[in-house]
Amino acid sequence: MTLLAARGIRKRYGQVEALRGVDLEVGDGEVHALIGDNGAGKSTLVKTLSGVISPDAGELELRGAKVHFHGPRDAQGAGIETVYQDLALAPSLDAGANIFLGREPLRGGVRGRLGFLDRSRMRQEASVALADLGVELPSLEAEVGTMSGGQRQAVAVARAAVWGTALIVMDEPTAALGVRQTEVVLSLIRRVCEQKGVSVLLISHNMAHVLEVADTVTVMRLGRRAAVRRAADTSLEELTLLMAGLGGDAEPDAEAEAEDER
Amino acid sequence: MSALSTVRERFFSQSRRSEDLTIGIILLALVVAFWILSPPGSFLSVANIKNIGVDASELMILSAGMTLLLIAGGLDLSIGSVVIFAAVLSAKTINAVAGTGPDTGPLAYHHLGLAIAAGVAVAIASGVAWGLFNSFVILRLKVPPFIATLAALGMALGLAEVISSGTNVSGLPLPLQEDFGLGEAFGILPWPIVTAAAVTAVLWVLLSKTRFGLRTYALGANVESARRAGIRVDRHMLTLYVLMGALAGIVSVVDIARFGTATLAAHSQDALSAISAVVIGGTSLFGGRGRMFGTVIGVLIPAVLLNGFVILQIESFWQNVAVGAVLIVAVYIDQLRRQAGPST
Ligand SMILES: Nc1ncnc2c1ncn2[C@@H]1O[C@H](COP(=O)(O)OP(=O)(O)OP(=O)(O)O)[C@@H](O)[C@H]1O
Ligand SMILES: [Mg+2]
Repeated sequence: MTLLAARGIRKRYGQVEALRGVDLEVGDGEVHALIGDNGAGKSTLVKTLSGVISPDAGELELRGAKVHFHGPRDAQGAGIETVYQDLALAPSLDAGANIFLGREPLRGGVRGRLGFLDRSRMRQEASVALADLGVELPSLEAEVGTMSGGQRQAVAVARAAVWGTALIVMDEPTAALGVRQTEVVLSLIRRVCEQKGVSVLLISHNMAHVLEVADTVTVMRLGRRAAVRRAADTSLEELTLLMAGLGGDAEPDAEAEAEDER
Repeated sequence: MSALSTVRERFFSQSRRSEDLTIGIILLALVVAFWILSPPGSFLSVANIKNIGVDASELMILSAGMTLLLIAGGLDLSIGSVVIFAAVLSAKTINAVAGTGPDTGPLAYHHLGLAIAAGVAVAIASGVAWGLFNSFVILRLKVPPFIATLAALGMALGLAEVISSGTNVSGLPLPLQEDFGLGEAFGILPWPIVTAAAVTAVLWVLLSKTRFGLRTYALGANVESARRAGIRVDRHMLTLYVLMGALAGIVSVVDIARFGTATLAAHSQDALSAISAVVIGGTSLFGGRGRMFGTVIGVLIPAVLLNGFVILQIESFWQNVAVGAVLIVAVYIDQLRRQAGPST
C-alpha cells in the first residue's frame, strides 16, 4: 500500500528549476531509498515533503488523502519527521532539549500554563528513546555540539523516531560518518522502520548502503524521477547507469535534456 | 548509566558551574580588596552597599533583558536613547496630569496617583513602541540588528530632543522622588533595588525554567533548527525586542524618580555597558549560551569598581579603564576554558 505519494512536484529557484514534475511513491513500512547525482533535486524534494518549502506545482497524498503543508508544523502534524542533511541541531543544547525542541513537555497545573518546562520528563523520555535505538551517549547533559558526528546523527535520528508516526525522511544521514558509525546509523534506520512500523525515506550517495538497507529505490535525475527498482531486483551497476541517465526508462530523461538545451 | 558516563556528567555540569565561579571570584576579590584598602566601616557599610545596589539597579534591568536578547542571537544598541525618550514622555505626562507650579507643595498634587500611573504606562508604552519599531526593521525589512538599532539609537534621542525642545524635563512631583526614587520599601530596601531584583528574578526564571527560555537558547544556537522544529522564530524575536523596550521604559521611570528630572545627556553608554556586563557574565555575543547569574555579577563588577574608586578617592575615570580590562580578562579566560574543555 502507498503511504505517501508526490505527483508532478515542481520547484524553481530563479534560473534553476530544481524539480521538474517529480513523482515519488513510498510504500507502507518500507525503507525507500532516493538516489541521484548532486543537484538532482533530492534535498529540494525532501523539503517539500517536510513542509520547509512549498512547491510551485504538484500535489502530495498521505494514505490516499490530499495534504498541503504550509510549514514544518503541518508536516510534523501529519507524522512526517525529517533528519536534514545539515542535521539542524542546536549545538549548545543537550540531547533531550534537541529531541523535544518545538514540542517541549510542560509541568502540570498552573506552572505548566505559565510555560514551565518538565525537564526531568524531557531527560527521562530522551534517555528511553535513545536506549530504544541502542544509542549510547557520553552524557545526557552534554551539549550536542561537543559530540561526535555519529552521536549527533543519532540524536537527530532519535528525534525523528520519537515523533515520526508515518514517515521519517533522512537526507544523507551517513555522509559525514566513519565506517563504524555508518554501520550504527544504517542499523538504526532498519530498527526505526521495524520497531515503529513507520516508513523511511533515505537519501544517499552510497549505492552499497542503499542496497543494504532499502526495500525500494527511486532514482532521480535533473529534477525528475528516472526509475524505480526493487532493491532485490537491481544492482550497483544498474543504479549507477540510471543515475547517469543511461539505460532504463530513458524517455522522461530525453525530455529533460531537451529542456536543458533551451 | 555506566560509571564513566556518570563521571563525565559530573565533569560537564561542574565545568558549567566553574564559568560562574571565575567572575564570581573576580567580584569577590574586588570586594575584599576595597574592604581592606578603604577606611573601616566605609565600603562594607549597609548604607554603602545600598548605594552600590541603587547605582547598579538601572543597568541591572537593562542587562537582564540584554541577556535574553544576546542569547537569542539578537542585539539592541538603542536602549539608552529609548530610556531617554520614555523618560521625557513619561515626565511630561506626569507633569501634565499632576500639575506643576512654583508653589506646589506635596498637598498641591491632586492627581498624584493618577499622574504616576499614567507616567508609568506612557514610559512602558514608549519602550514597547521602540521595541516594535526595531522588530519591524529587523524582522520585516531584514536590516541587521546592529544597523537597525544603531539607527534607532539616533532616532529615539533625536525625537526625545524634539519633544523636549532640547531641555531636560524637570519639576516632577517631589513625592515621586522622595517616596520611590530615594525611598525604601518598608524602610529597608531602596525601591530601585527592589524593582531591579524583581525584574531580574522574573527574567531569570523565564530564561532557565520555561519553554520560552529554552527556545530563546535554541534560536541563538541555530535559527534554522529552531525554524524547522516549528518554532515561530520571528514572533519569538519580536517578543524579545518588545520586552527589551518595555524594560527600557521601566528604567526610565526609575531614572526620573531617582533624579527628579528627565535628563537628555545621560544614558548614551547604556547599551554598551549592558552588553559588556552580559559578556563579562559569560554570555556569548554569538548567541546560544549564557546565564542570568553571570549577568548579575557582570553588573555588580563595574558598580563595585566605581564605588570603591570613589571611596578610595581615585578619579572615577579609572572605572572605565578597569571595566574594559575586566571585560578583556573575562572573555580571555572564557576562551581559554573553551579551548581546554571538550572539543569544538
Ligand atoms: N535555496 C536554493 N536557492 C537556489 N537554488 C537552489 C536552492 N536549493 C537548491 N537549489 C538548486 O536546486 C538544485 C537541486 O538542489 P538539491 O539540493 O535539491 O540537490 P540534491 O539532489 O540534494 O544534491 P546533493 O546530492 O548535492 O545534496 C541545485 O541546482 C541547487 O543549486
Ligand atoms: Mg542534498
